[in-house]
This record gives sequence, structure tokens and C-alpha cells, in this order.
Amino acid sequence: MGELRLMKGNEVIAEAAIRCGCDGYFGYPITPQSEVMESLMAQRPWETTGMVVLQAESEIASIHMVYGAAGCGKRVMTSSSSPGISLMAEGISYIAGSELPCVIVNVQRGGPGLGTIQPSQADYYQATKGGGHGDYSLLVLAPASVQEMHDFVALGFDLAYKYRNPVMILADGVIGQMMEKVELMDQRPRWTDEQVKEITGSWATLGKTKDRSKHVITSLEMDSHIMEENNLRLQAKYNKMKQEDVRYETILCEDAEYVLVAFGSAARICQKTVQLAREKGHKVGLLRPITLFPFPEKPIEELASRIKGFMTVEFNAGQMVHDVKLVVNGKTKVEYFGRMGGILPSPDEVEQALLQKLIGG
Amino acid sequence: MTEEIIIAGFGGQGVLSMGKILAYSGVMQDQEVAWFPSYGPEMRGGTANVTVILSDDRISSPVLHEFDTAIILNQQSMTKFEKMVKTGGTLLYDPNGVVKHPTRTDINIYRVEGARLAVEMGNPLTFNMIVLGAFLKAKPVIKVENVKKGLEKSLPERHHRLIPLNLKAIEVGQANLEVVQTV
Repeated sequence: MGELRLMKGNEVIAEAAIRCGCDGYFGYPITPQSEVMESLMAQRPWETTGMVVLQAESEIASIHMVYGAAGCGKRVMTSSSSPGISLMAEGISYIAGSELPCVIVNVQRGGPGLGTIQPSQADYYQATKGGGHGDYSLLVLAPASVQEMHDFVALGFDLAYKYRNPVMILADGVIGQMMEKVELMDQRPRWTDEQVKEITGSWATLGKTKDRSKHVITSLEMDSHIMEENNLRLQAKYNKMKQEDVRYETILCEDAEYVLVAFGSAARICQKTVQLAREKGHKVGLLRPITLFPFPEKPIEELASRIKGFMTVEFNAGQMVHDVKLVVNGKTKVEYFGRMGGILPSPDEVEQALLQKLIGG
Repeated sequence: MTEEIIIAGFGGQGVLSMGKILAYSGVMQDQEVAWFPSYGPEMRGGTANVTVILSDDRISSPVLHEFDTAIILNQQSMTKFEKMVKTGGTLLYDPNGVVKHPTRTDINIYRVEGARLAVEMGNPLTFNMIVLGAFLKAKPVIKVENVKKGLEKSLPERHHRLIPLNLKAIEVGQANLEVVQTV
């Protein structure tokens, strides 16, 4: 068993980055995730593992540092919160277009604009439907506990390299600021130059040798036919994600007549709602998408044919509800309940909404 | 066993660190724990509160509408949280600065004069540990030896010389718990 500690979600991102052998972190502070860089700076990993930690002059600079370092086959990451992620959107699109692996953490706060520093899930669309321009997708992981904040850093790097695609960890202020017990992974060494060559040698810019052609890292392609091939290759990759890397959790769905669908900290609140509703004899379950892209379509489709209705619970105006509706395709009722502006619905508030919108109606 | 606790008072009273020590003590006795603070501008000089959950099982929501125990350290928090204690639950408060005392008849009510006792101990910073001691007397959900372990784990080495003072403060709190009513 690994070392047990009580840690904040933000702090554990930093700890997990160091322990999983990350090569570099580039960031710019913003509430509610500033502790990520603070903890990294306090730990001084450049003296131990050799990991670079750099405070850039802006979010735009951070993401482009990630772009450059990822192109050299380095395992690098950044973190920010909603307005900062908007600033990074151009760079993220370029990274996706250039097919480079990296991890981007978004500890969401309420928007639009500068909005509020309180928790939110209003960047669901931004994370799952692009955010930057062009036909691209990020693989999006939504942690619901401090342990998952830890686990998803290493998992994020694995998936980023599996697909040569940016991975986003979409958290929110609740998970970022909350402390829970966490089991830490043992320290893994950073990749050696030989490993980097072995793993990324077919595409990264590691210094051209005479026996191979140039590696060009770019998202630009002026020949439309080649560009379309590039687009098709990207789409094939996203389809592969849908086949191989959908992750979700179900709680008490086996006999459920009504199912709540929620991710991240909203799913934690819903877990309590399920308990409250079950105590009153209502057969309620919870489906928690862990990957928001690829979205867990199959389990929702299966439930749709036998339950009386779904209700999504989101800290936004109703975004994921549309993805659920697409899958359900009219087979059963799909409702939404949420709060905005940094207000967190309490478990009984969700229960009342469930009674009103689905069970009672 | 699951114990859902809200600790609420002014920023600077040590509300968040009391919660942290409680949570760390829970880890020391192999429990699942969650510590969820109110954060943001309201912390700076205004009210501060933290939810601490100790449980033998996986913890669900850190956002709660009712609590097993409320530890209340100022009037604003009394107004806000007295009504959120579960029937049969526990309310512990420091009467210092409280003008409207709790009126519920369906909950256990205790008090501890933490602010006064801390001054008498010659160190106002012991306030939160006195209150923690009183809580552990009213509801022994954590063993004091695990609080000691929790302190050792959560305090940086350079502050370890303060552990005996903190443990003394816990004893003072335990000895000075006043029972207002039990149900």
C-alpha cells in the first residue's frame, strides 16, 4: 500500500505529477487552483527528479511551452481555471492538430467572463466539444474525489501517449479545495533519453539523424486532400477512444427506475441523494461518467430502454443533459437540474427536484 | 459510523485548522475523511466554516444540508447553523459574543467558554484546541491518542514543540464542557 496522506485536490495534482515522472509543468496562477503551482514550487522537484516547474508570464505562454516541450517527447502538463483555459484554447487546438500528448487540468470556476471563484461545471461544452477551433476532441477525465485527482494524472499521461492527444482533467473548485485521504503512488523515475527515443522516436523532434527524414510538428497543411486525410486520422483516433477508453461508474442502477447522471463533485452530492431517496422507497440510481469524452453512451442506452427517466445534475445551465438526450433519443424522459454562479445544490435540493420533475410527475 | 460536522466561526479563530486536525485524527484511526472549507473572499476577516466528515464507509457528498454536530463559534454561525443540526444531533458553542442562545429542544446542547479559557491559559491560540477537547468529551468519535498522532502528522516538525500545549488545551476543553441539555 502506498503512503497515506490527507491532501487537497489541488495539492495532490502537484504530488502526482512529481511521482509519475512528469518532465515539466508550465502554469500561471488563478483561483481556485493556485495551490497546484504553489505546492510544486514548495517541493522543488527540479532538485530531486529534475522536473521543470515554470511560472510563465501568461496562460497563453504556458500552453505554448507545453506545446514546444511535448513536441520534444517530454511528458508535460499545465493547469488553470476556466478564464485561463479560454486563453489557452488556441494553443490546445494547435496541440490537438499537431497530435501531441500532454495533460491539461481545469479546476473550473463559475463564468462567463471572470465570473466567480466559486465551483462550477460550466466548462463542460468547452472541454468536450472543442473549445478551440477545428474538428478536434480532448480525452476528458472528470475526477470525483481527491484520490481520483491523484490517479488521473498518471492515467492522463498514459492516455495522452496512447493516442498522441491532449488529455484534460476537468475538475472543479470543490474537488480542488477539498481534503480527503489519498493513497499516493510510489515515485516513478522520469523517462530516460533512451526511453524517450523508444517511445516518441517516430514523431518527436529529438535531433535529426542521417538515417531518417525530418520530423515536422505542425497543424498546418495547405493541401486540402492531405488535410482531409489528417482530419480523418483524427476522427479515427476519437472513434478508437470511444471503443477502448470509455470509463464510468454506476451506483445502485441494477433495480433503478430513475437514474441520476452527474460527474465530478455533482456526482458526490447525487450519491447522497440516492441514499435519501432510497430511504423513502424510491428506486433511484446514479450513473457517473468518468470520461466525458468519450461519453458513456452504451450504459445510458441500455438503461434508457428499461427505466422511467434520467435527470442530469450539473453546476451549469444544463450542458451534459444534451449528450444524454442524444443517446436516449426519446426512449425515456430526460430532465435536468442544476445551480449556477458557484452555488452548490444540497443533496435534499436534488431530491426535491427529482420528485418534482420525474417521480411525482 | 458516519459523523457529519460543521465548524463555523470567524476567520482567524482556527476553524479550518481545527477541522484539519480532526480530519487527520480520523485518518490515524483508519477512517474515511473529508474536509471541505468555504473558500473565497468571505474567509478574509469574515465568517469561516468547514465541513468535516468522518466515516467507516466511502463518503458521499461533502455538501450537506444537515449535520450530526455543529460547532458554533460566533453569532452569525449560530443564526445560520442551529437550524441545520439533525434532530437528536449535537450543538456545541462558545457563548462568547453569542447574544441569541440556541432554543432548539430536540438536540443536545453543550457549551465551552473557549475564548475565556484560552486567555487563562495565557495563549489565545489554544482556543480551537480547547473547543476540540470539549467536542471530543461531548462526542468521543476520535480517541485523544489519535489526535496526538494527527497533530504529529499535520504539523511541520518545527512546530512539534507546541504539541504538549495543544494536548493540554484539549484536556482543558474536556474538563470544562458544560451540558446545557441532552435529549
